[in-house]
Amino acid sequence: MTLNRSNLCWLALALITAGYLLFWAFLLGATATYSTPDSWLKVLMSPEIRHATWLSLVTCSLAAGFALLLAVPVGYLMSRREFRGKSWLDAALDIPIILPPLVVGLCLLIFFQTWGGKLIENGFDVDLSPIEVPESWRPDPPLIRDEENEFTHEYKKPSQMGDHWKHLLHVPGFPFTYQISGVILAQFVVAAAFAIRTMRGTFQHLSARPEDVALTLGCTRFQALWHVALPAARRGMVAAFCIAWARSLGEFGPILVFAGATRMKTEVLPTTVWLELSVGNLEAAVAVSLFMVALAVLVLVAVRATGEKV
Amino acid sequence: MIQLDHITWKTGDRVILADVTIAIPANTYAVLMGSTGCGKTTLLEILCGLRQPTSGRVILDGVDVTHLEPRERGIGYVPQDLALFPGLRVREQIGFAPKLRGVLPEELNQRVNRLAEQFGIVPLLDRLPDMLSGGEKQRVALARALAAQPKLLLLDEPLSALDESMRAEAVSLLQRVQSEHSLTVLHVTHSSSEAAALGHLHLRMAGGRLEVE
Repeated sequence: MTLNRSNLCWLALALITAGYLLFWAFLLGATATYSTPDSWLKVLMSPEIRHATWLSLVTCSLAAGFALLLAVPVGYLMSRREFRGKSWLDAALDIPIILPPLVVGLCLLIFFQTWGGKLIENGFDVDLSPIEVPESWRPDPPLIRDEENEFTHEYKKPSQMGDHWKHLLHVPGFPFTYQISGVILAQFVVAAAFAIRTMRGTFQHLSARPEDVALTLGCTRFQALWHVALPAARRGMVAAFCIAWARSLGEFGPILVFAGATRMKTEVLPTTVWLELSVGNLEAAVAVSLFMVALAVLVLVAVRATGEKV
Repeated sequence: MIQLDHITWKTGDRVILADVTIAIPANTYAVLMGSTGCGKTTLLEILCGLRQPTSGRVILDGVDVTHLEPRERGIGYVPQDLALFPGLRVREQIGFAPKLRGVLPEELNQRVNRLAEQFGIVPLLDRLPDMLSGGEKQRVALARALAAQPKLLLLDEPLSALDESMRAEAVSLLQRVQSEHSLTVLHVTHSSSEAAALGHLHLRMAGGRLEVE
Protein backbone atom coordinates (compact mmCIF):
# COMPACT_ATOMS: atom_id res chain seq x y z
CA MET A 1 0.00 0.00 0.00
CA THR A 2 1.44 3.37 -1.02
CA LEU A 3 1.33 6.15 1.54
CA ASN A 4 -0.64 8.78 -0.36
CA ARG A 5 -2.48 11.74 1.23
CA SER A 6 -5.70 9.79 1.71
CA ASN A 7 -3.93 6.90 3.45
CA LEU A 8 -2.03 9.36 5.64
CA CYS A 9 -5.33 10.85 6.75
CA TRP A 10 -6.70 7.40 7.72
CA LEU A 11 -3.44 6.58 9.48
CA ALA A 12 -3.67 9.76 11.55
CA LEU A 13 -7.28 9.01 12.52
CA ALA A 14 -6.35 5.42 13.43
CA LEU A 15 -3.50 6.71 15.62
CA ILE A 16 -5.85 9.05 17.49
CA THR A 17 -8.28 6.16 18.10
CA ALA A 18 -5.47 3.84 19.18
CA GLY A 19 -4.09 6.53 21.50
CA TYR A 20 -7.47 6.90 23.21
CA LEU A 21 -7.89 3.14 23.61
CA LEU A 22 -4.33 2.85 24.90
CA PHE A 23 -5.09 5.51 27.51
CA TRP A 24 -8.06 3.44 28.74
CA ALA A 25 -5.98 0.25 28.67
CA PHE A 26 -3.39 1.96 30.89
CA LEU A 27 -6.07 3.19 33.28
CA LEU A 28 -7.63 -0.26 33.67
CA GLY A 29 -4.24 -2.00 33.66
CA ALA A 30 -2.94 0.21 36.45
CA THR A 31 -6.08 -0.43 38.49
CA ALA A 32 -5.93 -4.17 37.87
CA THR A 33 -2.30 -4.45 38.94
CA TYR A 34 -2.81 -2.45 42.11
CA SER A 35 -3.53 -5.60 44.09
CA THR A 36 -3.53 -9.37 43.57
CA PRO A 37 -6.43 -11.65 42.52
CA ASP A 38 -6.25 -13.33 45.95
CA SER A 39 -6.98 -10.08 47.72
CA TRP A 40 -9.79 -9.27 45.20
CA LEU A 41 -11.40 -12.59 46.03
CA LYS A 42 -11.02 -11.99 49.75
CA VAL A 43 -12.68 -8.58 49.44
CA LEU A 44 -15.47 -9.78 47.18
CA MET A 45 -16.32 -12.66 49.54
CA SER A 46 -16.77 -10.39 52.59
CA PRO A 47 -20.40 -10.29 53.81
CA GLU A 48 -20.80 -6.54 53.20
CA ILE A 49 -19.58 -6.73 49.60
CA ARG A 50 -21.62 -9.87 48.92
CA HIS A 51 -24.71 -8.07 50.20
CA ALA A 52 -23.92 -5.00 48.07
CA THR A 53 -23.36 -7.23 45.02
CA TRP A 54 -26.63 -9.09 45.55
CA LEU A 55 -28.50 -5.82 46.12
CA SER A 56 -26.95 -4.26 43.02
CA LEU A 57 -27.90 -7.22 40.83
CA VAL A 58 -31.49 -7.31 42.12
CA THR A 59 -32.14 -3.54 42.09
CA CYS A 60 -30.51 -3.05 38.67
CA SER A 61 -32.63 -5.85 37.19
CA LEU A 62 -35.85 -4.45 38.68
CA ALA A 63 -35.03 -0.86 37.68
CA ALA A 64 -34.14 -1.97 34.14
CA GLY A 65 -37.35 -4.04 33.92
CA PHE A 66 -39.50 -1.08 35.01
CA ALA A 67 -37.55 1.21 32.67
CA LEU A 68 -38.27 -1.13 29.74
CA LEU A 69 -41.98 -1.28 30.62
CA LEU A 70 -42.06 2.51 30.37
CA ALA A 71 -39.70 2.82 27.41
CA VAL A 72 -41.69 0.60 25.02
CA PRO A 73 -44.92 2.65 24.97
CA VAL A 74 -43.15 6.03 25.18
CA GLY A 75 -40.60 5.08 22.49
CA TYR A 76 -43.40 3.81 20.23
CA LEU A 77 -45.43 6.99 20.66
CA MET A 78 -42.44 9.24 19.99
CA SER A 79 -41.38 7.33 16.88
CA ARG A 80 -44.76 6.77 15.26
CA ARG A 81 -46.90 9.80 16.02
CA GLU A 82 -46.51 13.45 15.05
CA PHE A 83 -48.19 15.94 17.37
CA ARG A 84 -47.96 19.52 18.53
CA GLY A 85 -45.23 20.07 21.12
CA LYS A 86 -43.46 16.80 20.29
CA SER A 87 -40.02 18.42 20.22
CA TRP A 88 -40.63 19.87 23.71
CA LEU A 89 -41.73 16.50 25.02
CA ASP A 90 -38.68 14.92 23.41
CA ALA A 91 -36.42 17.41 25.20
CA ALA A 92 -38.26 16.83 28.49
CA LEU A 93 -37.70 13.07 28.23
CA ASP A 94 -33.95 13.71 28.10
CA ILE A 95 -33.92 15.79 31.30
CA PRO A 96 -32.69 12.92 33.52
CA ILE A 97 -29.74 12.47 31.15
CA ILE A 98 -28.57 16.07 31.37
CA LEU A 99 -29.35 16.69 35.06
CA PRO A 100 -26.40 16.32 37.46
CA PRO A 101 -26.94 12.99 39.29
CA LEU A 102 -26.93 14.60 42.74
CA VAL A 103 -29.71 16.92 41.62
CA VAL A 104 -31.83 13.91 40.61
CA GLY A 105 -31.39 12.50 44.11
CA LEU A 106 -32.20 15.84 45.69
CA CYS A 107 -35.36 16.18 43.57
CA LEU A 108 -36.50 12.74 44.74
CA LEU A 109 -35.72 13.55 48.36
CA ILE A 110 -37.63 16.83 48.24
CA PHE A 111 -40.60 15.28 46.39
CA PHE A 112 -41.07 12.75 49.19
CA GLN A 113 -41.19 15.61 51.70
CA THR A 114 -44.15 17.16 49.91
CA TRP A 115 -47.81 16.35 50.55
CA GLY A 116 -47.99 13.97 47.56
CA GLY A 117 -44.78 12.18 48.48
CA LYS A 118 -45.83 11.73 52.10
CA LEU A 119 -49.16 10.33 50.92
CA ILE A 120 -47.26 7.71 48.89
CA GLU A 121 -44.91 6.85 51.76
CA ASN A 122 -47.31 6.95 54.71
CA GLY A 123 -50.54 5.86 53.08
CA PHE A 124 -53.88 7.43 53.91
CA ASP A 125 -57.23 6.73 55.54
CA VAL A 126 -60.38 6.43 53.50
CA ASP A 127 -63.63 7.47 55.11
CA LEU A 128 -66.04 4.66 54.43
CA SER A 129 -68.89 6.00 56.53
CA PRO A 130 -71.34 6.11 53.62
CA ILE A 131 -70.57 2.45 52.82
CA GLU A 132 -72.04 -0.40 54.84
CA VAL A 133 -69.30 -3.02 55.28
CA PRO A 134 -70.80 -6.56 55.39
CA GLU A 135 -70.27 -8.48 58.65
CA SER A 136 -68.42 -11.29 56.82
CA TRP A 137 -65.77 -8.86 55.52
CA ARG A 138 -64.79 -7.67 58.98
CA PRO A 139 -61.82 -9.33 60.67
CA ASP A 140 -62.12 -10.85 64.14
CA PRO A 141 -61.33 -8.52 67.02
CA PRO A 142 -57.92 -9.00 68.67
CA LEU A 143 -57.36 -12.05 70.94
CA ILE A 144 -57.14 -11.42 74.69
CA ARG A 145 -57.02 -13.73 77.72
CA ASP A 146 -60.26 -14.10 79.62
CA GLU A 147 -60.71 -14.66 83.37
CA GLU A 148 -59.77 -18.39 83.02
CA ASN A 149 -56.61 -17.40 81.17
CA GLU A 150 -57.94 -18.76 77.87
CA PHE A 151 -57.59 -16.85 74.64
CA THR A 152 -60.77 -15.22 73.50
CA HIS A 153 -61.77 -12.42 71.18
CA GLU A 154 -62.05 -9.03 72.85
CA TYR A 155 -65.66 -8.26 73.40
CA LYS A 156 -67.04 -5.42 71.40
CA LYS A 157 -70.57 -4.50 70.71
CA PRO A 158 -71.47 -5.25 67.11
CA SER A 159 -72.45 -1.64 66.63
CA GLN A 160 -68.98 -0.56 67.82
CA MET A 161 -67.33 -2.98 65.38
CA GLY A 162 -69.51 -1.65 62.60
CA ASP A 163 -68.64 1.93 63.42
CA HIS A 164 -64.96 1.08 63.52
CA TRP A 165 -65.04 -0.47 60.05
CA LYS A 166 -67.23 2.20 58.63
CA HIS A 167 -64.68 4.89 59.37
CA LEU A 168 -61.24 3.37 59.21
CA LEU A 169 -59.90 1.93 56.01
CA HIS A 170 -56.18 2.52 55.93
CA VAL A 171 -54.53 2.35 52.51
CA PRO A 172 -50.93 1.43 53.34
CA GLY A 173 -48.12 3.56 52.03
CA PHE A 174 -44.96 2.45 50.26
CA PRO A 175 -41.82 3.93 51.79
CA PHE A 176 -38.99 4.92 49.45
CA THR A 177 -36.68 7.33 51.29
CA TYR A 178 -33.60 5.52 52.68
CA GLN A 179 -35.11 2.16 51.66
CA ILE A 180 -34.20 -0.47 49.05
CA SER A 181 -37.24 0.66 47.06
CA GLY A 182 -35.58 4.10 47.03
CA VAL A 183 -32.47 2.57 45.46
CA ILE A 184 -34.63 1.06 42.70
CA LEU A 185 -36.52 4.33 42.15
CA ALA A 186 -33.29 6.37 41.95
CA GLN A 187 -31.86 3.90 39.42
CA PHE A 188 -35.11 3.78 37.45
CA VAL A 189 -35.45 7.57 37.11
CA VAL A 190 -32.17 7.86 35.20
CA ALA A 191 -32.14 4.46 33.47
CA ALA A 192 -35.62 5.01 32.00
CA ALA A 193 -34.41 8.01 29.99
CA PHE A 194 -31.71 5.85 28.35
CA ALA A 195 -34.14 2.99 27.73
CA ILE A 196 -36.64 5.39 26.12
CA ARG A 197 -33.93 6.74 23.81
CA THR A 198 -32.96 3.21 22.77
CA MET A 199 -36.55 2.08 22.16
CA ARG A 200 -37.34 5.23 20.22
CA GLY A 201 -34.32 4.60 17.97
CA THR A 202 -35.34 0.97 17.55
CA PHE A 203 -38.89 1.80 16.45
CA GLN A 204 -37.63 4.58 14.17
CA HIS A 205 -35.42 2.09 12.35
CA LEU A 206 -38.33 -0.31 11.88
CA SER A 207 -40.66 0.42 8.98
CA ALA A 208 -44.21 1.28 10.05
CA ARG A 209 -45.54 -0.45 6.92
CA PRO A 210 -46.00 -3.92 8.47
CA GLU A 211 -48.07 -2.32 11.24
CA ASP A 212 -50.18 -0.51 8.61
CA VAL A 213 -50.77 -3.81 6.82
CA ALA A 214 -51.69 -5.44 10.14
CA LEU A 215 -54.33 -2.73 10.63
CA THR A 216 -55.90 -3.64 7.29
CA LEU A 217 -55.80 -7.33 8.24
CA GLY A 218 -57.98 -6.73 11.29
CA CYS A 219 -55.69 -5.45 14.04
CA THR A 220 -56.40 -2.57 16.37
CA ARG A 221 -53.46 -0.20 16.88
CA PHE A 222 -52.66 -1.94 20.15
CA GLN A 223 -52.75 -5.39 18.48
CA ALA A 224 -50.46 -4.10 15.70
CA LEU A 225 -48.01 -2.98 18.38
CA TRP A 226 -48.27 -6.26 20.25
CA HIS A 227 -48.26 -8.74 17.34
CA VAL A 228 -46.06 -6.93 14.80
CA ALA A 229 -43.98 -4.07 16.23
CA LEU A 230 -42.90 -5.72 19.49
CA PRO A 231 -41.68 -9.02 17.97
CA ALA A 232 -39.74 -6.98 15.41
CA ALA A 233 -38.28 -4.79 18.17
CA ARG A 234 -37.19 -7.60 20.48
CA ARG A 235 -33.47 -7.02 19.89
CA GLY A 236 -33.94 -3.36 20.68
CA MET A 237 -35.80 -4.34 23.84
CA VAL A 238 -32.90 -6.53 24.96
CA ALA A 239 -30.51 -3.68 24.19
CA ALA A 240 -32.70 -1.15 26.08
CA PHE A 241 -32.84 -3.49 29.08
CA CYS A 242 -29.05 -3.99 29.05
CA ILE A 243 -28.35 -0.26 28.71
CA ALA A 244 -30.78 0.55 31.52
CA TRP A 245 -29.20 -2.20 33.62
CA ALA A 246 -25.65 -0.93 33.02
CA ARG A 247 -26.72 2.62 33.72
CA SER A 248 -28.38 1.51 36.98
CA LEU A 249 -25.25 -0.37 38.01
CA GLY A 250 -23.15 2.79 37.73
CA GLU A 251 -25.70 5.03 39.47
CA PHE A 252 -24.27 6.60 42.61
CA GLY A 253 -25.27 10.23 43.25
CA PRO A 254 -29.07 9.87 43.39
CA ILE A 255 -28.79 6.69 45.48
CA LEU A 256 -26.45 8.33 47.98
CA VAL A 257 -28.74 11.35 48.43
CA PHE A 258 -32.11 9.59 48.29
CA ALA A 259 -31.51 6.08 49.65
CA GLY A 260 -28.40 6.67 51.74
CA ALA A 261 -25.32 4.48 52.12
CA THR A 262 -26.24 2.19 55.00
CA ARG A 263 -24.12 -0.96 55.16
CA MET A 264 -26.06 -4.19 54.70
CA LYS A 265 -29.16 -2.18 53.84
CA THR A 266 -29.02 0.29 50.93
CA GLU A 267 -25.37 -0.20 49.99
CA VAL A 268 -24.88 -1.01 46.31
CA LEU A 269 -21.55 -1.52 44.52
CA PRO A 270 -20.83 2.15 43.63
CA THR A 271 -21.66 3.05 47.24
CA THR A 272 -19.20 0.39 48.37
CA VAL A 273 -16.43 1.97 46.31
CA TRP A 274 -17.20 5.33 47.91
CA LEU A 275 -17.46 3.90 51.45
CA GLU A 276 -14.20 1.96 51.10
CA LEU A 277 -12.41 5.00 49.64
CA SER A 278 -13.68 7.20 52.46
CA VAL A 279 -12.05 4.91 55.04
CA GLY A 280 -8.84 4.61 53.02
CA ASN A 281 -9.34 0.97 52.02
CA LEU A 282 -8.12 1.37 48.46
CA GLU A 283 -7.65 -2.36 47.91
CA ALA A 284 -11.33 -3.09 48.51
CA ALA A 285 -12.39 -0.12 46.34
CA VAL A 286 -10.17 -1.45 43.52
CA ALA A 287 -11.56 -4.99 43.79
CA VAL A 288 -15.18 -3.77 43.64
CA SER A 289 -14.36 -1.38 40.78
CA LEU A 290 -12.80 -4.19 38.74
CA PHE A 291 -15.83 -6.37 39.41
CA MET A 292 -18.05 -3.56 38.09
CA VAL A 293 -15.85 -3.20 35.01
CA ALA A 294 -16.28 -6.93 34.34
CA LEU A 295 -20.06 -6.62 34.67
CA ALA A 296 -20.10 -3.58 32.35
CA VAL A 297 -18.07 -5.48 29.73
CA LEU A 298 -20.52 -8.40 29.93
CA VAL A 299 -23.44 -6.02 29.34
CA LEU A 300 -21.65 -4.39 26.41
CA VAL A 301 -21.05 -7.80 24.84
CA ALA A 302 -24.73 -8.68 25.35
CA VAL A 303 -25.87 -5.44 23.69
CA ARG A 304 -23.48 -5.95 20.75
CA ALA A 305 -24.81 -9.49 20.36
CA THR A 306 -28.30 -8.06 19.78
CA GLY A 307 -26.93 -6.03 16.87
CA GLU A 308 -28.06 -2.73 18.40
CA LYS A 309 -25.68 0.19 18.72
CA VAL A 310 -25.31 1.86 22.13
CA MET B 1 -68.19 -1.06 -6.14
CA ILE B 2 -65.64 1.56 -5.02
CA GLN B 3 -66.68 5.17 -5.13
CA LEU B 4 -64.40 8.06 -4.37
CA ASP B 5 -66.50 11.15 -3.90
CA HIS B 6 -64.65 14.48 -4.24
CA ILE B 7 -61.59 13.28 -2.34
CA THR B 8 -59.04 15.98 -1.56
CA TRP B 9 -55.82 15.57 0.39
CA LYS B 10 -53.50 18.41 1.31
CA THR B 11 -50.22 18.56 3.19
CA GLY B 12 -49.53 22.09 4.33
CA ASP B 13 -50.36 24.29 1.35
CA ARG B 14 -49.62 21.55 -1.18
CA VAL B 15 -52.61 19.79 -2.76
CA ILE B 16 -51.74 16.14 -3.50
CA LEU B 17 -55.23 14.93 -4.44
CA ALA B 18 -57.63 17.49 -5.88
CA ASP B 19 -61.32 16.62 -5.94
CA VAL B 20 -60.83 13.00 -7.03
CA THR B 21 -64.13 11.42 -8.06
CA ILE B 22 -64.31 7.95 -9.59
CA ALA B 23 -66.42 4.80 -9.50
CA ILE B 24 -64.86 1.37 -10.03
CA PRO B 25 -67.45 -1.40 -10.64
CA ALA B 26 -67.28 -4.65 -8.64
CA ASN B 27 -65.10 -7.49 -9.99
CA THR B 28 -63.09 -5.04 -12.07
CA TYR B 29 -59.31 -5.08 -12.39
CA ALA B 30 -58.42 -1.38 -12.44
CA VAL B 31 -54.87 -0.19 -13.06
CA LEU B 32 -53.69 3.20 -11.92
CA MET B 33 -50.71 4.88 -13.57
CA GLY B 34 -48.96 8.16 -12.95
CA SER B 35 -45.58 9.72 -12.35
CA THR B 36 -43.65 9.21 -9.12
CA GLY B 37 -44.96 11.36 -6.26
CA CYS B 38 -48.27 12.19 -7.95
CA GLY B 39 -50.33 10.77 -5.07
CA LYS B 40 -51.08 7.18 -6.12
CA THR B 41 -49.97 5.66 -2.80
CA THR B 42 -51.79 8.42 -0.88
CA LEU B 43 -54.98 7.48 -2.73
CA LEU B 44 -54.56 3.80 -1.79
CA GLU B 45 -53.91 4.76 1.86
CA ILE B 46 -57.08 6.87 1.92
CA LEU B 47 -59.02 3.97 0.42
CA CYS B 48 -57.88 1.49 3.04
CA GLY B 49 -58.20 3.96 5.92
CA LEU B 50 -54.55 4.51 6.81
CA ARG B 51 -54.96 8.20 5.99
CA GLN B 52 -57.97 10.46 6.42
CA PRO B 53 -58.85 12.66 3.42
CA THR B 54 -58.91 16.42 3.95
CA SER B 55 -62.38 16.32 2.42
CA GLY B 56 -64.58 13.92 0.45
CA ARG B 57 -66.00 10.46 1.03
CA VAL B 58 -64.95 6.85 0.40
CA ILE B 59 -67.91 4.61 -0.39
CA LEU B 60 -67.61 0.82 -0.61
CA ASP B 61 -70.64 -1.13 -1.87
CA GLY B 62 -72.87 1.82 -1.09
CA VAL B 63 -71.58 2.25 2.50
CA ASP B 64 -69.73 5.41 3.52
CA VAL B 65 -66.53 4.05 5.15
CA THR B 66 -64.65 7.36 5.31
CA HIS B 67 -64.48 7.36 9.10
CA LEU B 68 -64.18 3.61 9.62
CA GLU B 69 -60.91 2.11 10.85
CA PRO B 70 -58.84 0.09 8.34
CA ARG B 71 -59.83 -3.20 10.01
CA GLU B 72 -63.52 -2.44 9.50
CA ARG B 73 -63.30 -1.87 5.74
CA GLY B 74 -62.63 -5.38 4.42
CA ILE B 75 -59.84 -4.19 2.14
CA GLY B 76 -56.65 -6.13 1.42
CA TYR B 77 -53.52 -4.02 0.96
CA VAL B 78 -50.20 -5.10 -0.52
CA PRO B 79 -47.69 -2.20 -0.29
CA GLN B 80 -44.75 -1.71 -2.59
CA ASP B 81 -42.22 -3.13 -0.11
CA LEU B 82 -44.68 -6.00 0.64
CA ALA B 83 -44.18 -5.35 4.38
CA LEU B 84 -43.97 -8.97 5.51
CA PHE B 85 -43.94 -9.22 9.29
CA PRO B 86 -40.35 -9.67 10.51
CA GLY B 87 -39.88 -12.72 12.71
CA LEU B 88 -43.06 -14.50 11.59
CA ARG B 89 -42.89 -17.65 9.45
CA VAL B 90 -44.81 -17.81 6.17
CA ARG B 91 -47.45 -20.03 7.83
CA GLU B 92 -47.97 -17.38 10.53
CA GLN B 93 -48.03 -14.54 8.01
CA ILE B 94 -50.85 -16.17 6.01
CA GLY B 95 -52.70 -17.25 9.14
CA PHE B 96 -52.38 -13.81 10.76
CA ALA B 97 -55.80 -12.39 9.82
CA PRO B 98 -57.85 -15.59 10.34
CA LYS B 99 -56.19 -16.12 13.73
CA LEU B 100 -57.09 -12.56 14.78
CA ARG B 101 -60.68 -13.31 13.89
CA GLY B 102 -60.71 -16.36 16.12
CA VAL B 103 -60.74 -19.03 13.39
CA LEU B 104 -60.22 -22.43 15.02
CA PRO B 105 -56.77 -24.02 14.56
CA GLU B 106 -58.01 -26.82 12.30
CA GLU B 107 -59.82 -24.48 9.92
CA LEU B 108 -56.93 -22.03 10.12
CA ASN B 109 -54.51 -24.71 8.95
CA GLN B 110 -56.84 -25.70 6.12
CA ARG B 111 -57.15 -22.09 4.97
CA VAL B 112 -53.38 -21.53 5.12
CA ASN B 113 -52.66 -24.76 3.23
CA ARG B 114 -55.29 -24.01 0.58
CA LEU B 115 -53.80 -20.56 -0.10
CA ALA B 116 -50.25 -21.91 0.01
CA GLU B 117 -51.19 -24.51 -2.64
CA GLN B 118 -52.90 -21.89 -4.77
CA PHE B 119 -49.81 -19.67 -4.69
CA GLY B 120 -47.30 -22.52 -4.98
CA ILE B 121 -45.59 -21.73 -1.68
CA VAL B 122 -46.22 -24.94 0.29
CA PRO B 123 -42.46 -25.71 0.63
CA LEU B 124 -41.93 -22.19 2.05
CA LEU B 125 -44.46 -22.39 4.88
CA ASP B 126 -41.86 -22.74 7.64
CA ARG B 127 -39.48 -20.10 6.32
CA LEU B 128 -38.88 -16.61 7.69
CA PRO B 129 -39.19 -13.57 5.35
CA ASP B 130 -35.40 -13.15 5.26
CA MET B 131 -35.12 -16.57 3.58
CA LEU B 132 -37.45 -15.73 0.66
CA SER B 133 -36.70 -14.37 -2.82
CA GLY B 134 -38.50 -11.30 -4.20
CA GLY B 135 -41.04 -13.41 -6.11
CA GLU B 136 -41.69 -15.66 -3.11
CA LYS B 137 -42.22 -12.63 -0.84
CA GLN B 138 -44.71 -11.23 -3.32
CA ARG B 139 -46.72 -14.48 -3.31
CA VAL B 140 -46.69 -14.62 0.49
CA ALA B 141 -47.88 -11.00 0.73
CA LEU B 142 -50.73 -11.74 -1.69
CA ALA B 143 -51.72 -14.91 0.17
CA ARG B 144 -51.62 -13.02 3.49
CA ALA B 145 -53.94 -10.31 2.11
CA LEU B 146 -56.36 -12.87 0.63
CA ALA B 147 -56.51 -14.89 3.85
CA ALA B 148 -58.53 -12.01 5.31
CA GLN B 149 -61.11 -12.64 2.54
CA PRO B 150 -61.28 -9.01 1.35
CA LYS B 151 -63.77 -7.72 -1.21
CA LEU B 152 -61.28 -5.23 -2.55
CA LEU B 153 -57.54 -5.67 -3.08
CA LEU B 154 -55.16 -2.71 -3.33
CA LEU B 155 -51.78 -3.45 -4.91
CA ASP B 156 -49.06 -0.78 -4.81
CA GLU B 157 -46.53 -1.65 -7.54
CA PRO B 158 -46.40 -5.28 -6.42
CA LEU B 159 -44.29 -6.43 -9.36
CA SER B 160 -41.68 -3.67 -9.30
CA ALA B 161 -39.08 -5.82 -7.53
CA LEU B 162 -39.41 -8.75 -9.95
CA ASP B 163 -37.25 -9.40 -12.98
CA GLU B 164 -38.76 -9.65 -16.48
CA SER B 165 -39.11 -13.46 -16.53
CA MET B 166 -40.89 -13.58 -13.17
CA ARG B 167 -43.10 -10.65 -14.04
CA ALA B 168 -44.99 -12.53 -16.78
CA GLU B 169 -45.66 -15.38 -14.36
CA ALA B 170 -46.83 -12.91 -11.68
CA VAL B 171 -49.18 -11.20 -14.13
CA SER B 172 -50.95 -14.47 -14.89
CA LEU B 173 -51.09 -15.25 -11.15
CA LEU B 174 -52.79 -11.92 -10.44
CA GLN B 175 -55.32 -12.51 -13.25
CA ARG B 176 -56.11 -15.95 -11.84
CA VAL B 177 -56.42 -14.63 -8.27
CA GLN B 178 -58.77 -11.83 -9.32
CA SER B 179 -61.13 -14.14 -11.19
CA GLU B 180 -61.04 -17.02 -8.65
CA HIS B 181 -61.71 -14.76 -5.64
CA SER B 182 -64.14 -12.47 -7.52
CA LEU B 183 -62.15 -9.46 -6.37
CA THR B 184 -62.23 -5.82 -7.24
CA VAL B 185 -58.57 -4.88 -7.67
CA LEU B 186 -56.92 -1.47 -7.82
CA HIS B 187 -53.33 -1.99 -9.01
CA VAL B 188 -50.79 0.85 -9.08
CA THR B 189 -48.05 0.44 -11.69
CA HIS B 190 -45.52 2.34 -13.77
CA SER B 191 -45.40 -0.37 -16.43
CA SER B 192 -47.57 0.11 -19.54
CA SER B 193 -47.22 -3.56 -20.49
CA GLU B 194 -48.35 -4.65 -17.01
CA ALA B 195 -51.32 -2.27 -17.24
CA ALA B 196 -52.24 -3.52 -20.72
CA ALA B 197 -52.06 -7.18 -19.65
CA LEU B 198 -54.08 -6.81 -16.46
CA GLY B 199 -56.40 -3.82 -16.62
CA HIS B 200 -60.09 -3.82 -17.43
CA LEU B 201 -60.19 -0.17 -16.42
CA HIS B 202 -57.25 2.18 -16.97
CA LEU B 203 -56.84 5.20 -14.72
CA ARG B 204 -54.21 7.91 -14.84
CA MET B 205 -53.30 10.38 -12.15
CA ALA B 206 -51.72 13.74 -12.99
CA GLY B 207 -51.65 17.04 -11.16
CA GLY B 208 -53.68 15.57 -8.30
CA ARG B 209 -56.56 14.62 -10.61
CA LEU B 210 -57.71 11.18 -11.66
CA GLU B 211 -58.85 10.45 -15.19
CA VAL B 212 -60.19 7.37 -16.95
CA GLU B 213 -58.18 6.59 -20.09
